[in-house]
Order: sequence, then C-alpha cells, then structure tokens
Amino acid sequence: APWRIGIRTAEPKMAGADGDDSLYPIAVLIDELRNEDVQLRLNSIKKLSTIALALGVERTRTELLPFLTDTIYDEDEVLLALAEQLGNFTMLVGGPEYVHCLLPPLESLATVEETVVRDKAVESLRKISQEHSPVDLEVHFEPLVKRLASGDWFTSRTSACGLFSVCYPRVSSTVKAEIRQHFRTLCSDDTPMVRRAAASKLGEFAKVLELDYVKSDIIPLFTALASDEQDSVRLLAVEACVSIATLLPQEDLETLVMPTLRQAAEDKSWRVRYMVADKFSELQKAVGPEITKNDLVPAFQNLLKDCEAEVRAAAANKVKEFCENLPEDGRETIIMTHILPCVKELVSDTNQHVKSALASVIMGLSTILGKDNTIEHLLPLFLAQLKDECPEVRLNIISNLDCVNEVIGIRQLSQSLLPAIVELAEDAKWRVRLAIIEYMPLLAGQLGVEFFDEKLNSLCMAWLVDHVYAIREAATCNLMKLVEKFGAEWAQNTIVPKVLGMANDPNYLHRMTTLFCINALSEACGQEITTKHMLPVVLKMSNDQVANVRFNVAKCLQKIGPVLDNNALQTEVKPVLEKLAADQDMDVKYFAQEAISVLALA
Amino acid sequence: MIGQLCCLSVTHAVTSVEDALQQVPPTPPMSAISASEKVDGFTRKSMRKAQKQKKSQGSSQFRTQSSLVELSPLPQLKDAPSTEQQDLFTQKLQQCCMLFDFMDTVTDLKSKEIKRAALNELVDYVSTNRGVLTEAAYPEIINMISTNIFRTLPPSENPDFDPEEDEPTLEASWPHTQLVYEFLLRFLENPDFQPSMAKRYIDQKFVLQLLELFDSEDPRERDFLKTILHRIYGKFLGLRAFIRKQINNNFLRFIYETDHFNGVAELLEILGSIINGFALPLKAEHKQFLMKVLIPMHTAKSLALFHAQLAYCIVQFLEKDPTLTEPVIRGLLKFWPKTCSQKEVMFLGEIEEILDVIEPTQFKKVQEPLFKQISKCVANPHFQVAERALYFWNNEYILSLIEENIDKVLPIMFGSLYRISKEHWNPTIVALVYNVLKTLMEMNSVLFDELTSSYKAERQRPKAHQKLDIMPRVIKPFLKLWDSSEPQ
Repeated sequence: APWRIGIRTAEPKMAGADGDDSLYPIAVLIDELRNEDVQLRLNSIKKLSTIALALGVERTRTELLPFLTDTIYDEDEVLLALAEQLGNFTMLVGGPEYVHCLLPPLESLATVEETVVRDKAVESLRKISQEHSPVDLEVHFEPLVKRLASGDWFTSRTSACGLFSVCYPRVSSTVKAEIRQHFRTLCSDDTPMVRRAAASKLGEFAKVLELDYVKSDIIPLFTALASDEQDSVRLLAVEACVSIATLLPQEDLETLVMPTLRQAAEDKSWRVRYMVADKFSELQKAVGPEITKNDLVPAFQNLLKDCEAEVRAAAANKVKEFCENLPEDGRETIIMTHILPCVKELVSDTNQHVKSALASVIMGLSTILGKDNTIEHLLPLFLAQLKDECPEVRLNIISNLDCVNEVIGIRQLSQSLLPAIVELAEDAKWRVRLAIIEYMPLLAGQLGVEFFDEKLNSLCMAWLVDHVYAIREAATCNLMKLVEKFGAEWAQNTIVPKVLGMANDPNYLHRMTTLFCINALSEACGQEITTKHMLPVVLKMSNDQVANVRFNVAKCLQKIGPVLDNNALQTEVKPVLEKLAADQDMDVKYFAQEAISVLALA
Repeated sequence: MIGQLCCLSVTHAVTSVEDALQQVPPTPPMSAISASEKVDGFTRKSMRKAQKQKKSQGSSQFRTQSSLVELSPLPQLKDAPSTEQQDLFTQKLQQCCMLFDFMDTVTDLKSKEIKRAALNELVDYVSTNRGVLTEAAYPEIINMISTNIFRTLPPSENPDFDPEEDEPTLEASWPHTQLVYEFLLRFLENPDFQPSMAKRYIDQKFVLQLLELFDSEDPRERDFLKTILHRIYGKFLGLRAFIRKQINNNFLRFIYETDHFNGVAELLEILGSIINGFALPLKAEHKQFLMKVLIPMHTAKSLALFHAQLAYCIVQFLEKDPTLTEPVIRGLLKFWPKTCSQKEVMFLGEIEEILDVIEPTQFKKVQEPLFKQISKCVANPHFQVAERALYFWNNEYILSLIEENIDKVLPIMFGSLYRISKEHWNPTIVALVYNVLKTLMEMNSVLFDELTSSYKAERQRPKAHQKLDIMPRVIKPFLKLWDSSEPQ
C-alpha cells in the first residue's frame, strides 16, 4: 500500500543483533531510520554514509540497501534525502563493480509522485551510470531504463526520458537501436507530461546520437513534437532546435530544421513565439549567417511587432545581441532598413515592459552603427526614452550611458539628461530614487565636474535629507564615491561645508546624517580636512541631547580615529570618549568603551 | 457505466443581452502621485490594488485576420420566407466568424454591432425553432463557434493574482463571446440535436481546446464552459473516457508542473457529478484517479479556491465505496499541512465531512493515526485550528464513534487536552477543552482517572530519556572511522 507511513513491521537482521557492541551506536541510527518522528528519520538518512561505512560494503549491499528499498513509502522529504545520498554511494557498496546494487532503490524513487524526489533520483541515476562498466550498463542499467520507459504511471516514463542519453554512448548497436525505439515511443506518449519530458531531453539525446540517426530518428520526432497539440510541448521543441541545428551540416538545415523553425516563429500560441524570441541569439548562432539573413531577419521583425507584449519584450531584449551577431557585410544595411524601423515603433510601445526591455539594450546599438548613424537615428530614440513616463525606462537608458559616451560623447545628451535625472531623483517611489543615486558617480564621471557642480550637486545634497533611510544611506555612500572621483579639494569646497552645516539641524536624524557622512568621507578626504574641519564638529556633537546622536559620535570617532594623528587622538578624542563612557545612557557608554578599546586609548 | 448527471446552473446566463455592449472596458486611472504618497514613500496596498482593478484583456487571436472588411447587415431571420431561412442562417453563421479587437473601443463599432445583433438572432433561432439543425448546418455552426472561442489565452496581467483580493481580468470580447457561448449551449440543448451527427465535429480535438479555455481568468467564461462541458459529457458517450483522462492530465500538470490553473473548481464540480454516476464496483481507473490525483491536489497552494468542490468529490467516492476510507484518510494525513493554518482548518473540515459518512468498521481502521493528528490540532497555538478540531465534539455521530472506541481514542487525546486546558492562551479554547474533557470523562470515568494519575506521575518524574543527548555520542566514534577509512 503506497500510503503506508513510517514504521516497518518486518525486523531486518541488522547490526547490533549479533551482540557486536561496537556497532551499538549504528544500531541506534538504524533504529531511527524507523522512528515515527520524521525529523529523526531524516537525520538518520542524512548520516546514511556513516551507517554504510560502519556496516562495511558487504552488509551495506545485503542488508542496508534491501531495507532502504523497503522504506520507499516514506515522507517525500526523507525520500529526497535518500535519493541524493544514493548518488554518492558507489564506494560504500564496494566500488564500480557493485554499483548496480544501487539501482533497485533508485528505480523505486524514480517512480514516486513528487517531482523533486523523482528528479533527484534521476540525477543520482545519471551520476552512477558513469560508474557502470559497459557490460553492467547493458546487463543492469539499460533494463532499468526500459522498465521505467514502459511503466504504467506517467511518473516512471517521465523519469526514463532523462536516462537515455547517459547510457546510449556506451552500449552495443543492438541495444542502441532499442534505446532509440523507446525514446521514439515516449515522444508520442499519450500523456502530455511524458511528451514534455521527452521534448525537453530531445536536444540532449540528439547530441549523443550518430549523425545519420539524428537525421533519420531525431528530425521526425522534432517535427512531430514541434507540431504537438499542446503548446507546452511545442515550446520545448524550440529549445531542442538549437542543439539539433548545431549538430547538422549547413546544407541540411534548410530542409530538416527551417520549416519547423519558421512554423514555430509564427505559432498561434504566444508561449511558443516567446520561446523563439527568448532563444533567438542561440538560434541565430546555430543556423549560421546565410539563413539568418534570409529567414531570421524577417522572423525577428515579426517578433518585434508581435501582438503579445510578452513576446515583443523578449524580442526587444535581444535587439543588440541579434544586431551584433549579424554577418559584418551588410550588417549596417540590415539594421538600418529592417531592424531600426521596428525599434522606432517599440520606443512608443503601449507596454512598459517592452519599452523597458528595449531601453536596457538600445544604447548598445550605437557602437555597432557608429557616430553618424547614432546621432542621426538613435539619438532621437534615446531622447524620447529619457522622457518616457515609466521610470524604469529612463533608468535603463541612464544606466547604459557609457555605451553612448564612447561613440558620441555624453554632451549630446546632457540637455535631455538633466530633466530626466531630476525627475527620477524626485520620484515618489524610493526604489527609483535609490536606483538613480547608484548611477550618480558614473554620470558625474562622464559629465565632468563643472556640469556636476552646476546641475547635480544640489540633488546629491537633497538626498541626504530624504525621509527614507535607505536613500540617506545611499546618498552618503554616493558622496564618498564622488570625492574619490573629484578629489579632496573639491570635497572641501563643495561638500564638506554643507554636510557639517547639518550638524545644527533641529531634526536629530539629519544631525546623525552628518556623522554618517563623516564616517564615509574621512578616509577619502584625508587627515588634514578630517582633523581641521570634521573632528571639531563631531566633538561638539558629543553634547547632543539625543542619545542616538551621542553614541553615533562614539562610533564615528572609532571610525575616523585611524585617520587622525596621535596628538589629536590623545588630546581631543580621548577626553570626549571618556566623558561619553560615563554617560547615563547604556548604549552611549557601550559604544564609547568600545571605541576606547579599539583605538587603544585606555 | 451510465453517468447520472445532475443539472448545473448557469448563473451568468444573461437574459437581457442588450446590456452587454455597454460594458466598455474601463481605462485604469492615471497614476497621479498624491502628496501623502510622496511623504510616506510607501503606497498602501489598497491604493495599488485600486489602480489595478477592473482590467480587461484582449486575446491573441485577431492577428490571424489580415484585413478587416466592414460587415453589412443581412435581413432578419424572422422576416425571411421559410424557404430562404436556412440559407440566411448559414450566411449569418459565416458573418459571425469575423473577429474584432475589443481592446480598441473606437474602431469597427458598426460592424461589432452588426455581429452582436446577428449572434442574438442566432441564439434566438436555435432556441425557439424546430427543424433548424440540418446535417449541413452542423459544420457551419461548429466552425463559427471554434473561430470565436478557441484562442490561446493571453499571458496573465497579474502573475501573483490573489483571487480573494484582486478582481479578475475580464475577457474584453465578452459582448460577443458571451453570445457565442450562449449559442453553443442552446445548440446542445436543442431537442433536435443529434450527437451522432455532431460527433464528427465535436470530437477529441474540440474537447481538448475547450478544456484549455478553463484556464481563462474570466469567471463568466469558466461558468459557461462548465455547463457546456457537462452537456457534452452527458450527450457524447464516446468522449467520456477521453474527457476524464484529459481532466486528469490537466490536474496532474496543475499539481506537479505549473501550480496554476484557473478552472480547477469548475472541473471538480463537473467531476463531482460524474463520480456520482459511477457504477459499482468502481473501476481501477477511478480509484487511481482518487488516490493519485485528487488526494495530491490537497497540496496545492491555492487549495482554498477549490477545496469545497474537492472535498465533495472525495466524499462522493467514499459514499460509493466505503473501503476507500482508510487509504483516503491516510493520504490526507500524509499531506497534512505543516505550516499553513488556513489549510489545516480546511483539512479538518474535510475530515469531519468524511467522518459524517464513515462506517464504524472503517473508523476502527484509521482511528489511531487520525486521532494522533487531531490531538496535535487541538493543541495548535493557532486558535482557529484548535477550535475547528474541538468542534468535532459537537457532532453527534462523531461522538458516538468516539464513545464506541473510547479505550483507544482517550489515551491518544488525553495528554494534549489536559495540557492545553492549563496552557492555551485563548480563553475560548480553554472553555471548549473543558467541555470536551467533561464529555470524555463521562464516557469512561475509570479510564479517565487512570490517565489523569499516570499523566501527573509522568510529569513529576525527572526526564530520564533524552534522545537529543544520544546523537552526538553516537556519531563521535565514527568520526574516527571516517579518518581511518580509505579516501573516497
């Protein structure tokens, strides 16, 4: 009865029963294999190799494995652990010579209902198949595959699909013929689950077949699966298409693969078209430049114009890669006449995911098309996307500015860039604000210090008083990166005064931001600025009314201590920390004492 | 096997079809940023939801039509001379094969209206007239229906759709689609309808496509599909096994592959009435369906959406064949929810439904594992779970079963009940437990006293047996073994 849980009634003859005291602990573990508590059974299964090692190879084979085969009706969690363990058991049953002993329990596990257990059992079977000698493979392993392939319930047939390719290369030609026959049968199985499993292994199986059989066996199966009544099967055939096309010589592709691929690209189900779009770069490489020019270019155009947004987005994602991989002669013409018109339409697509997918790759086209085309044709698109209503689109453009910078320089964009950045900087969603902050150092580097001071500096300072902590934190980190870029002198003139000014803010959160900024900036600003300008402010803040500020002063001093010289530490920092160490607040005391000991001021 | 089918009602069958066209898909409100949103940075869930709601969805199908021709109205069927009526009927069927883009609310308004009127006429024509279903009409009818309803469902706009909170995405073309479904239903119910003639067109492929549509997010569509599939199951004996098998496949895919299928409840409802009609003894195929499909369905994340229908199917099976009780209950115990209290409450509800129809001999077979689980539920810190389990003691039939087997049940339940009567945080639960303890004591006071004293004695004794301690000592000797063993 498959619903039998837990304790087995049959008492197996096992360790401990023969009065061997040294095996007593093992007997306990074995006992727990049968415990009513799942957790204990699970623990014990996870220590299965310990048990096997103690029992020795022979008793593992003759006693432990039959016992385990018998426990198959357990909780899925236990079975999963068991399936995994058995994949590493070869040495514990006596090496490759005996590895076939592991097949019976794994065979049972490969037929259970729960998918994760089955998949793990198949994974282990694939692993140990490599440890079988060619003879054992034919005597033990292949019959198992056959049994699974002709099992009653779909689970065993599904599992069989994953095992053909591992045993095929190492068996005799008669057995090979049988394996091919079984695979054929499963490809036309009644149950869609099995056909899906077979379709997903089609490419893998094709790879181990002799070329003649790829043509005579795999191609008809491929064609049949690609026109299956269920779209979930058809879309898996698209995946196989990549592997199959790679295996065939160029002259056969047109007749054997292309009719099916063309049909898939125009399938009535969007899921299949999506799959084609998603695998487009791989397909392009597999079929080569000629077919790409004649067939894939129009197919790609159609996918970019698909009625389903999901498909358009997948295709839009591939625009750059597709263009990059076009054959160099004629690449520019193809892009300009066939691809760019579609791209232009996508810029004003109704779906934001499509636009955002496009925005994440469109900048990459500029390196392919060169300066003049970029200015004439791409720049208007970039500018349009910078004004898009969806923040993700704008962000994707901004995050890829470096591609354009190399080709035409960023100045061309700066006039449109600024409003876009300002708007993102003030977006209502804090994640959007966070994202744009992260691009600030990059932008600053490309736009130069002047532009930055004039236009962006005030934004960076405004973020320091944002009402979301994550933004304030990111703003602090941003300042540090800017100082690394523009240097200490710039920091002293533009940033430091503003940061220190916040130390007198009535809001204690802003006062703390001053401290966090100092933590981040002291190293980049160097000893002089830190000692002369920052330290006095920090020390003064040790008198703050709010305890949170005071203990952050202690933390801050600990952090900037290494930047200061010994004199400042002894004469200025030490007294303040000592005062804080006697604070009435517990936390202030704690952090002050910690700082004293870290800075070795005691 | 003769299927005894009970009637399913079509709650959404709209009588005044005139309203239908007025349901123009509303445009979602613009996402203007309010001042309050800006301040707190986090939009409230309800606000985000409000923006999302009431979306409608187009379908991928109209891409297949290259150019739209404007429709021109045909004469009314009722005005045509009877000799020409049938011909006009065919013409109207063909006219209705034109598909329109309902996401676009401005174009083709005239043609859309003409098609709507024609569909209305067709519905009327097949439901009121006799002798209109000639052999030649069948392929035209099925062609019109297939063209209109069979389509690849579009991707879900809201992948983490929460059916309890979110509004479903509605089918944009419903003003037409609804009438086509209505027509199909009237066609199947026409007294002249002949399955022997229709079976060339309503075949396995037709059924398969129909089943795929059950994944539609639009509940109105699924409701029609439910009634239609049920009618087909009733009229086409040759398709019955096929329909059952395909439903089976749909469910297996739902359980083991996708974890998502909108029409589970509707399909289960159909199955409920199918199971009701199973002949005895049950075929192995049906038992397998129960154990390998229906029981594992309890593991689904979205169980709440179809649990009532599922439990109904299970109870139907048990009423047919009581010997299935033990495997079913053991199956439920195997898949008992470990962390989801809401599901646990559903499981308890289902167990009570089963206990309501259980035979005393079957009860004896499962009482031990079952009451071990119930005893855990009673002690559950989530008060709804504990409460649901304790409600079993309000059920007269269950009480009589417990009383009959008090010597087995009481020792299992006692520890939990006694402990939570002292420890549970929720006063309602404590009160309920007192009542339950009182009832049990009245059933067998001698046993109750014995258990009380042994429970107390057990608690006084120092804990001698601690398994946790053994483990490290067990492992240590073998760490040496590991070191000295040959390298692997």
